[in-house]
Amino acid sequence: MSDLATKSEELYKLYEGLADTSEDLEEAELEDLTTRKSLEAIYAASQWRLMWRKFIRNKVAIVGGVVILLYYLSALFAGLLAPYTLSTRFAKYIHMPPQRVHFFNDGKFQPFVYDVTLEIDENLRKIYEPDLTKKVPLQFFAHGEPYKLFGLIETDIHLFQAPGAIVSLLGTDRQGRDMFSRVLYGSQVSLTIGLLGVLLSLSFGTVLGVASGYYGGWVDDLIQRLIELVRSFPAIPLWMALSAAVPPHWPPLRTYFVVTLILSVIGWTWLARQLRGKVLALRNEDFVLAAKLAGASDARIIFRHLVPATFGHIIVVSTLAMPAMILAETALSFLGLGLRPPITSWGVLLKEVQNIQSIALYPWVFTPAAAIAIAILAFNFLGDGLRDASDPYTI
Amino acid sequence: MTAYILRRVAAMLPTLIIVSIVSFIIIQLPPGDFFTTLQAEIAQSGGGQDKETVKKMQERYGLDKPLYVQYLRWVSGFPRGDFGWSLEWNSPVLPIVLKRMAYTTLVGGLSLVFMVVVAIPIGIYSATHQYSISDHALSFLGFLGLSLPGFLLALLWMFFGAIVLRIPVGGEMSLEMADAPWSLAKLLDYLNHLWPPAVILGLASTAQLQRIMRGNLLDVLGQQYITTARAKGLAERKVVNKYAVRVAINPLISVMAMEIPKIISESTIVGIVMSVPTTGPLLLRALLSQDMYLAGTFLLFMSLLLMVSNLLADIALAWADPRIVYT
Repeated sequence: MSDLATKSEELYKLYEGLADTSEDLEEAELEDLTTRKSLEAIYAASQWRLMWRKFIRNKVAIVGGVVILLYYLSALFAGLLAPYTLSTRFAKYIHMPPQRVHFFNDGKFQPFVYDVTLEIDENLRKIYEPDLTKKVPLQFFAHGEPYKLFGLIETDIHLFQAPGAIVSLLGTDRQGRDMFSRVLYGSQVSLTIGLLGVLLSLSFGTVLGVASGYYGGWVDDLIQRLIELVRSFPAIPLWMALSAAVPPHWPPLRTYFVVTLILSVIGWTWLARQLRGKVLALRNEDFVLAAKLAGASDARIIFRHLVPATFGHIIVVSTLAMPAMILAETALSFLGLGLRPPITSWGVLLKEVQNIQSIALYPWVFTPAAAIAIAILAFNFLGDGLRDASDPYTI
Repeated sequence: MTAYILRRVAAMLPTLIIVSIVSFIIIQLPPGDFFTTLQAEIAQSGGGQDKETVKKMQERYGLDKPLYVQYLRWVSGFPRGDFGWSLEWNSPVLPIVLKRMAYTTLVGGLSLVFMVVVAIPIGIYSATHQYSISDHALSFLGFLGLSLPGFLLALLWMFFGAIVLRIPVGGEMSLEMADAPWSLAKLLDYLNHLWPPAVILGLASTAQLQRIMRGNLLDVLGQQYITTARAKGLAERKVVNKYAVRVAINPLISVMAMEIPKIISESTIVGIVMSVPTTGPLLLRALLSQDMYLAGTFLLFMSLLLMVSNLLADIALAWADPRIVYT
């Protein structure tokens, strides 16, 4: 009995973080009552609640999650956040380095940039210098170029604009296009292709993996051989060969979907293997037997009982699969095999820096790489935290 | 054991046949063939071949036959070591592919060595200095290595090497050395260009291995026989190196086996970025120009390399851990 009490106490400390037990005796009794109440709350808490509690304790994972949320939000509002559109060109400002934004103008808060002057030195290199005499205050929620917010609402409001001048936080590329706007628009494609690719692999992987684990026998054999076959190809060469088959003249949207499909060709095998193992462990549980005895059909048992039971696992696995998808798209587009302009993804943006010369002279065109690295890191941190939280009963 | 190896090798054969069929179908997917692609290229630069010539060439190389006939013709050469004719390089496919495969294997093998030499000591250090600042720093570095893909690392290295260190980066060797006869200077130059791709390829896997080594060792260090050894007054160095590490290292072999496919796959794209002669650059060209036998043979051989290395990993696992018995 006392053993149980100490166990409960430990659990209580673990979940509530109230380790302070050096209280007066009288108060201890009172405390005991509340303790029991909180303990009851813990015992009665659903698995999801426990997972959440464990998850929010992992600071690194929280940071990862917040970063990813910000990424997707900025992708959603790319048109609003970006001062320019994808096709805006500043013929006057080619390969211009990033501008500095000054926040205080004569002691009061008024963000501004200096206008830029262009000089050409004796090597015919372009030198951009800020024109210190011309301050251009930034206007917020100002009218700029028309675009469609969420692809639906026509508007021309941008978060910030520099009327009469250029504001370029990350510099411009070889056609004088604003890198900041392009990275923002690129995130729309890169982040959604990761999401879509994972969803697609998930649907193949769930159906085949769960069927494989549930039925066993020849179904299992067949699916496992298929997985082995797919996995006996090295991933990147197979992706390269498949996307080389996408005709260049296809419309952007079709290319986008086909490339997503190609990326999922290999991704599903991993998910299927993971889920098969999970289902193999679950199918002999009592709740499956109970469902069977109650006369539930196979499909009902699979989709109503087994798939939800593996849900936590599915979320973890798909979060960890996201970086691979995003990277694969980036790598393929970087080689010129995946997405091609006019579709703009991070990989397409990176394709422009394939030669060392441009990195050396114009390092700011390399910023999409930083955007990718941060996203990948954030996904990994989040996935790791989710994996730990998905099993809330171990410490 | 011998019987097991023979059976595994025999089982590879049907898989390889299916892989060859799938490879052939994949490289046939793009519309047109080598000659139509070539003609389109020539037409772009102003010249032009008449349709008649293209047709004759297609007939000459059997490209007008139905797919299965073309496939059977390709496969029937395999036993003789004939893997087809590269239309772009105007030479048999096999020597081109073998040369690239050899370099890929060399770089991949080196990156495996790098992985082991770096990851295991770091893992041991992290585990014996758990939660120290250096442990956290190493873990973070590991995470970073895990998150940066090979081709980004390759690009970063090219940038860093060329701009900051001002050394020649990329390529198999320096341009002025390429035609020189073999000498010590040339060998050094060759090695100087060999290690960066190997390190870059191994970095992600090193991070993975380091994390797992740390975890394994921590598990082992908590076991009772370690406490016993310590209680007997054994030197800590001996406890760690002779008692714990030996046991903790075993599972790493299967982890390494899982990293091999990644290395083979990444080597293509790292090779393209750094323009080193792995399979990557040629495979890309062959795919773009629809030099189908070359592309198909590359896919086939890389799959073979993958299967062979998986087999080797299984054998190594059995050799290292006497509890595993294959029959």
